Amino acid sequence: MRRGFAPWADPTAAPLVRFENVSKHFGDVTAVDRLSLDVYRNEFFALLGPSGCGKTTLLRLLAGFEMPDGGRVLLDGRDIAAVPPHQRPVNMMFQSYALFPHLSVAGNIAFGLRQDGLAKAAISARVDEMLALVKLEGLGGRRPDQLSGGQRQRVALARSLAKRPQVLLLDEPMAALDRKLREETQFELIDLQARLGLTFVIVTHDQEEAMTVAHRIAVMDKGRIVQAATPAEIYEQPRSRWVAEFVGDVNLIEGVVLETGAGEAMIVDKGGRRYRVTADVAVGAQVFIALRPEKVRIQAVPAPPDAPNAMRGRVWDIGYLGGVSIYKVRLDDGAVVKASVANVARLTGQAIGADDEVWLSWPPDAAVVLTS
Amino acid sequence: MGRQPIHPRPGSAFSLGSKLAVAAPYLWLLGFFLVPFLIVVKISLSETAIAQPPYTPVLDVAAGWQGIRDFVAGLSFANYITIAGDDLYVFSYLKSLKVAAVSTALLLLCGLPLAYAMARAPRSVRPLLVTLVVLPFWTSFLIRVYAWINILQRDGLLNQALLWLGLIDQPTTWLATDTAVYIGLVYSYLPFMVLPLYASLEKLDETLLEAAADLGCPRWRAFFVITIPLALPGLGAGALLCFIPIVGEFVIPDLLGGSDAAMIGQTLWTEFFANKDWPVASAVAVVLVVLLVAPISVYQYLQTREIEGRPRGRPRGGRRGGP
Amino acid sequence: MRRMSFTNLVALALGLAFLYAPIAILIIYSFNGSRLVTIWGGWSTRWYTALIEDRAMIDAALASLGIAIVSAALATVLGTMAALALTRLRFRGRLPFAAMVYAPLVMPEVITGLSLLLLFVAIDLDRGFFTIIIAHTTLTMCFVTVIVQSRLVGFDRSLEEAAMDLGCPPGRTFFAITLPLIMPAVIAGFLLAFSLSLDDLVIASFTTGPGATTLPIRIYSEVRLGVKPEINAVCTIFITVVAVAVIAASLIGKSRDRGRGLALTT
Repeated sequence: MRRGFAPWADPTAAPLVRFENVSKHFGDVTAVDRLSLDVYRNEFFALLGPSGCGKTTLLRLLAGFEMPDGGRVLLDGRDIAAVPPHQRPVNMMFQSYALFPHLSVAGNIAFGLRQDGLAKAAISARVDEMLALVKLEGLGGRRPDQLSGGQRQRVALARSLAKRPQVLLLDEPMAALDRKLREETQFELIDLQARLGLTFVIVTHDQEEAMTVAHRIAVMDKGRIVQAATPAEIYEQPRSRWVAEFVGDVNLIEGVVLETGAGEAMIVDKGGRRYRVTADVAVGAQVFIALRPEKVRIQAVPAPPDAPNAMRGRVWDIGYLGGVSIYKVRLDDGAVVKASVANVARLTGQAIGADDEVWLSWPPDAAVVLTS
Repeated sequence: MGRQPIHPRPGSAFSLGSKLAVAAPYLWLLGFFLVPFLIVVKISLSETAIAQPPYTPVLDVAAGWQGIRDFVAGLSFANYITIAGDDLYVFSYLKSLKVAAVSTALLLLCGLPLAYAMARAPRSVRPLLVTLVVLPFWTSFLIRVYAWINILQRDGLLNQALLWLGLIDQPTTWLATDTAVYIGLVYSYLPFMVLPLYASLEKLDETLLEAAADLGCPRWRAFFVITIPLALPGLGAGALLCFIPIVGEFVIPDLLGGSDAAMIGQTLWTEFFANKDWPVASAVAVVLVVLLVAPISVYQYLQTREIEGRPRGRPRGGRRGGP
Repeated sequence: MRRMSFTNLVALALGLAFLYAPIAILIIYSFNGSRLVTIWGGWSTRWYTALIEDRAMIDAALASLGIAIVSAALATVLGTMAALALTRLRFRGRLPFAAMVYAPLVMPEVITGLSLLLLFVAIDLDRGFFTIIIAHTTLTMCFVTVIVQSRLVGFDRSLEEAAMDLGCPPGRTFFAITLPLIMPAVIAGFLLAFSLSLDDLVIASFTTGPGATTLPIRIYSEVRLGVKPEINAVCTIFITVVAVAVIAASLIGKSRDRGRGLALTT
């Protein structure tokens, strides 16, 4: 379903949504700082970042509830800054759902359709269609306060899809759901988006959610986009230390490049340990090696002499997460390295225990070298 | 990030409607509140005259520039000098301030336990309690004061009850005393004190009190250290909502009070209706407003802070989303 | 369900007893067959029958009702507009506007009454029903503003944004979404304005004219001369009418809002 879909890589493809150098200030706080971004048709795009990074502001700029202080917002090539929210072919699913308490479920869903002046029969048919889509058939007559949280979320979704908008904006739509429900809803959203052939832009602070649903993610910090790429690229090829730390767990080793050659670099850290990493950097550069824990091989027996990037240490802490175990290993010089191992076998006891002496190793292409 | 006020797009129907929404009440208040008050000031600078209207000078616009000059020449501060020099007025002002202060204190004393009890009642009962407290307020002010005349008169129920209980030998005079006035004031203004207090106490987040208890603070001390400070806006609003109008109160002292040392509301009424001295009455009114400017400003300040929507203790509804 | 402490219960009971005792006494004595408070002359409705013949009293009551309805309607419209303007719109002169809106709430009535009368004299406007209506509207609109504004401040703005997002222009959004949801506050404001107008003595006295005697003015002139049982009867009728109206409004409001999960007094 998702293979081969990469309009961002196609130089002839025109984006559906384009932010061009957009800025937005609130008083003396800069929420969005000269930001540029393209979202393509049929994409499921995620805006990911910590609180205060500007992702919700960006969404609201697209919906029309905020006006940019600088730059342009283009929809299908057209500058929509002058278009008020009720005239934009963009619909939003609010974080609080914002269901109209004095209207029934059907009334809520039909609200947008009635604004367009559709015939009663057509509205009724579309409402039924939406109810079936979100699996709430038969609940059209209920009031919002008679529904559960999950049901209310579906009504909000149905209402925002009823007009088949060009872009659907989702503002932390699953924040109020518990974990199980959240996972189910994530897959339903993916399914819906593909089936209906719409473009979704979702705002979330949950990186797992972003990685699950999105074709591409824009990681934001302080009003700027730090990296916009597919989940795999962001995880495996973070462009900066900040992204590496923000998305997923990572070991960061600070060091200086000693030598380069054959696509690899020899880096030495503070403790004098040397590492061989696939990289394209200059000699003498101050760098960080970003190493994901699952790429580190951990064993209780000494590593063979030709093992790349071998380290020896003692297990300091084990985090048992059911599917995975995360070992925190303290090296001889005091540095701590995390290694995670999938618990592939049902063991009655741990193969590696606390305080055990262990050897770590990882191949040169398992890590990424970052210069910022 | 807060919600920005709406900027209506120029030319839209919404923009027209918004302009009307601002203009209509604004103009009304300007015309029927501000301008009349300016007229009061003007007349306070005039003299009585046996004429219609019963004051001079009258601004004769038809007389042109000379008319305006004659007008300004005719104004004087004579009335204010009269008021300042006459003990009757000075004592009247002082008495009014004293009565208002004492009543407000009594109202706080009576209102706070009641408001607190209402705020701590089970949630389902609270709207009913509010209705019960508000209901007497919906019935006529005059009627409620009159009800006390029934009770307080010489052969009224209070004396009957006290005689029956053996607490007194012969009927005491309750009416036409300061005590009666205080009873009437507290009775009539109690809802004005209780409701703002209740609103403030009700918003108090109970988990704060639980946290205090968890940290070792006894209940009575938590009341003074946590509940009272957080209820201060409600307290301030309630106190001012009572103090300011009581200073100028007329009906209650007139019906329940004695003929000695009238309050300033009565003095103004007498000056206007009995003596037909409009200029002096106006001067009395202006001085009264000047006296009340300070408390009124404090009240305005508290109310406009309310508009800005400062939450106290518990966040209100509506989004406070971050970017 | 938390049990109330003893002190709280006592405070509640005493407070409510204090508030209702005089009214209860009034109602009881309106049925007193004897003219004197000291003697109980058995249950009788003679004072009520006497009222029916009192032409002046009935005229005054009708006048008061008419004035109250008109001024309350006007005050509700203006007051709601003011509340919206204060909480939603940004305009020049916002602070002086707010000051003017809140001042009549606390200003002693003798001053408001006096100033309005002086205005009417200055512009040579004949005093009567019309002037009382203007005066009452000016006074009560501020109460409406306070009530509606407090409801607006807690209003969930994302509902309005959602409506606009779905294609509803801002003007229509107000009537389709905002107004229905603040309606309980608007109605409460109307009822308050109505009862304040019905009840007002001081301002009406200043701004009245020949032929426009209101019920409070009438009652006051009688009461100055001492307690009269007929007044007890008038008062009881008044209280009953108001109590029934308030309770009815409260119940209607509650059953309507049950579907919305809102409370009338919130």
